[in-house]
Amino acid sequence: MIHQPIHTLADAYRRGDLTPTAVAEAYLARIDALDRRVRAYLTIVREQALAAARESERRWRAGTPRGPLDGAPIALKDVLCTRGVRTTAGSKILDTFVPPYDATVVERLRAAGAVILGKTNLDEFAMGSSTEHSGFHPTRNPWDLTRVPGGSSGGSAAAVAAGMAAGGFGTDTGGSIRQPAAFCGVVGMKPTYGRVSRYGVVALASSLDQVGPFAQDVTDAAHLLGAVAGHDRRDATSIPAPVPDYAAELAKGVAGLTLGLPDEYFIDGMDPDVERAVRAAIEVLKGLGARVESVSLPTTRHALAAYYVILPAEASSNLARYDGVKFGLRVSAHDLVGMESRTRAAGFGAEVKRRIMLGTYALSAGYYDAYYGKAQSVRTLVRREFAAAFARVDLIVAPTTPNVAFKLGEKEDPLSMYLNDVFTIPGNLSGITGVSVPCGFSVSGLPIGLQILGRPLDEARVLRAAYAYEQATSWRGRRPDLP
Amino acid sequence: MSAPAHYEVVIGLEVHAQLLTRSKMFCGCPTTFGAAPNSQTCPVCQGMPGVLPVVNKKAIELAMRTALAFGCRVNPACRFARKHYYYPDMPKNYQISQYEEPLAEEGRLEIDIDGASRTIGIQRLHLEEDVGKLVHEGTLETAQASLVDFNRSGVPLMETVSKPDLRSPEEAAAYLKAFRAVLVFLGVCDGNMEEGSLRCDANVSLRPRGSTTLGTKVEIKNLNSFRNVQRALEFEVKRQAQALDAGEGIRQETRLWEADRGYTRSMRSKEYAHDYRYFPEPDLVPLRIDSRWVDEIQAALPELPRARRQRFVAQYGLPGYDADVLTQSRALGDYYEAVLREPAPSAGADRPKIVSNWVMSELLRVLPGDDERAIATSPIPPRHLAGLLRLIDDGTISGKIAKDVFQKMFDSREDAATIVGREGLTQVADETALGAIVDSVMAANPKAIDDFKRGKTVAKKSLFGQVMKATGGKANPTLVDRLLEDKLAKIQR
Amino acid sequence: MIDRKDVEHVARLTRLALTEEELERMREQLNSILTHLDTLRGVDTEGVEPTAHAVDLVNVMREDEVEPCLPQDSMLANAPDRSGELFRVPRIIEE
Ligand SMILES: [Mg+2]
Ligand SMILES: [Zn+2]
Repeated sequence: MIHQPIHTLADAYRRGDLTPTAVAEAYLARIDALDRRVRAYLTIVREQALAAARESERRWRAGTPRGPLDGAPIALKDVLCTRGVRTTAGSKILDTFVPPYDATVVERLRAAGAVILGKTNLDEFAMGSSTEHSGFHPTRNPWDLTRVPGGSSGGSAAAVAAGMAAGGFGTDTGGSIRQPAAFCGVVGMKPTYGRVSRYGVVALASSLDQVGPFAQDVTDAAHLLGAVAGHDRRDATSIPAPVPDYAAELAKGVAGLTLGLPDEYFIDGMDPDVERAVRAAIEVLKGLGARVESVSLPTTRHALAAYYVILPAEASSNLARYDGVKFGLRVSAHDLVGMESRTRAAGFGAEVKRRIMLGTYALSAGYYDAYYGKAQSVRTLVRREFAAAFARVDLIVAPTTPNVAFKLGEKEDPLSMYLNDVFTIPGNLSGITGVSVPCGFSVSGLPIGLQILGRPLDEARVLRAAYAYEQATSWRGRRPDLP
Repeated sequence: MSAPAHYEVVIGLEVHAQLLTRSKMFCGCPTTFGAAPNSQTCPVCQGMPGVLPVVNKKAIELAMRTALAFGCRVNPACRFARKHYYYPDMPKNYQISQYEEPLAEEGRLEIDIDGASRTIGIQRLHLEEDVGKLVHEGTLETAQASLVDFNRSGVPLMETVSKPDLRSPEEAAAYLKAFRAVLVFLGVCDGNMEEGSLRCDANVSLRPRGSTTLGTKVEIKNLNSFRNVQRALEFEVKRQAQALDAGEGIRQETRLWEADRGYTRSMRSKEYAHDYRYFPEPDLVPLRIDSRWVDEIQAALPELPRARRQRFVAQYGLPGYDADVLTQSRALGDYYEAVLREPAPSAGADRPKIVSNWVMSELLRVLPGDDERAIATSPIPPRHLAGLLRLIDDGTISGKIAKDVFQKMFDSREDAATIVGREGLTQVADETALGAIVDSVMAANPKAIDDFKRGKTVAKKSLFGQVMKATGGKANPTLVDRLLEDKLAKIQR
Repeated sequence: MIDRKDVEHVARLTRLALTEEELERMREQLNSILTHLDTLRGVDTEGVEPTAHAVDLVNVMREDEVEPCLPQDSMLANAPDRSGELFRVPRIIEE
């Protein structure tokens, strides 16, 4: 039952071949056995999970399941606030924080009958691309335990890849779902900005953050997204548009669709295995009837710099509330400023401090126009280029990352780490949607991801193309060898 | 105390007013004052991780109403921004406020000072969220700890910044009074300075008389009453004048008014305290205020006290004093005009003044105040007062009896006709009935008739008194007089 | 180029107590990152409106309706220090 996609679990529950309780127990046992090595989780909620599974079981038995996610064991990135369950954002500063409320996403998942197994690891406050920079411990890539799972949602990606959750959720601010999905060989989706509520999601960069699913296959991704998408009156940036039945659209195929291939996404220095796998995937899509055209997104080369102004600026503001006054860590001092400064110094890790400093500097008197204002204008250019491209093509296909999973400790220099997100960041800057779907392996046996980007709110078409590709290839059956 | 004659005082006021919404600016928590500490909060107004703000529409509309009352331009595009500084009463360590695109700009407020009228410019009006309340264990200087209550955190505040048009502490106090009156009149703020619903900061500078450039300004905080505004500014003007006279420069800084001690003291002076790092609030989308929305608010705008006062004088011919009193509160002016709108068959040109007299000398005598609440709960509604005046007009009761009836109306909440009918207070005005009484009084007083025939006109007075006595004072005196006149004339002939 | 004084100023602005070594390392790293970010200066953004949001929504508002608050004890439960119903913080020394 491990490694069984959620939609097949639901079929088994319906037939009575499996029960949600048995499945939850199996997943919890696997976590017990494996997570010592992978370290995907920060918190396991065993009792709550089993209670939820028993409730689900009653519903299936009574013939009143709440939908395809009822009884699905899932993992949540530890930035999603869970009522009564510690939520740390991977930071020591929130080590003791127990939110008195659920994020909208969590509320919707509970309402859909999902069984939450626990909270997964991440780079502290979602700042990073490797899940090495958690305030607690690094997470390892289930395909090679000496390598990183990607990040910042590395815990959820690794949990799904290792069979320690049937599905998961993460957040994508600059690639933090798509990049770890690619590194871990699972499906990861970043919805359109505003498609999924951010209420209750510990904020990194408010104008970029978006919640999305990790899944074993595209069908599950469609179900997981469908359960959480849609307008939320508690999030003023949430789009009041109806949510299509993503799963029902999957089988429509790619015949007749035009795919754009951006020249700027095949760069010098990228891993040749990645380029080969992605070009092969494009051939597969062509074979399925898609047309391929080249498109130009020239501002891509400035997107990274714009992102590394906007993100630290917004993050420095969002993280100002962690001051030892109301919740979380406090380091005592005889006066307030001392207490706050020492609390923040002790509670934040090096990367968080670096970005807070960078963002504070970029916003401070005299530098706003040169940095934040300029970056926001560059952002306009990135949006315009995508809009122009999408006027000609239906979807854009590209590699998710320039390389495969790297070794822990390999990227010490912050700048080389930042380069990891060069293909995913433009999607966040422009607010469009995108998915990473497995498209092969490097010679060293590490997963590679194909990125499919779509127009705002065009998740259905993005998933449809990913599904067509997935069904035409055999990558989705491949799982890491983890006894 | 005023500034030495060789300096001109330049003052601008920043007023923060709590808007009269039921819920907070960005969450659904109530805004009521005086609840147990931290009992009116939620994750949003405590700035917990992951929470998001959503704008209260009523707050926008109350601010628009105020902006239009001050003749401001309501900006078609406005947005919120984050203003950063660390203080433990501010949960997120940034305040959601407005910066480059405020709700409204360029308005004015007229104030009366020494019998003359002055127009003070309003630079901008914007919305923001309030912070929590900080209390110190002991005084600020000696406290080992401070305590925070976040009930007030997130309450909608409207900040209005005047232009530096005020030229004396007296003018500043007059501005604040006029400002408060408009807000209360509009129903956007309760104006309660003790509870902090209205808070004032001032920017003060001095410059040599005749100079057109501004001197270094000092910001003064904690001016929580009209008296404190004036006292603090008088102190500060004197302090700056002495410093300038002594050849010392003025330091640009923020000073705190210590009301108990009667001086201002320096608080934040380090330059970084003012580096607020504003940027557009990414959790909120912009506001687009189209002309239709503005027109809607404009149409619902009540007439302001000044305009109403002028209209009362012009339209009703009221003396200035009456118009002043009647326009002190919106509710009283409304009451007055409601009485005038009631039917009054025989009313003449003097009716507005008659109604004014009744409202000012009788109604305000019995009511506990002239505000919204006092008027709304008045036991005598406008319709009842109009009914009483009609009984006087048509001669049913005399003006003297009417005053007693008024008190009874106040006590019982009944209308005048009911009281007059039940208590038999109707003035005998039926000519036939009264004629019969006059006849019987004349028949019973042959001596008086004889006296009258002999030319003693005082005899008529005695007969008049007898008739009034016989009717228990309820006879219409004019009618009695005419009947006696007629009947005595016949006897003489 | 930002110097040591700038770094100290920014650290103070954002309430971070950094050690001597941290300040020095921060200065080096910030300069290296800023050098990279300075490539933005080369982008022609003349007349280009800044994008604050990727969504084109406007006028998202709620009605003025009171919703239940959270219970007082649950809103105080995370307090690192409190005195009865109030959050407690060390003494404030005006800067
Ligand atoms: Mg303000
Ligand atoms: Zn609240």
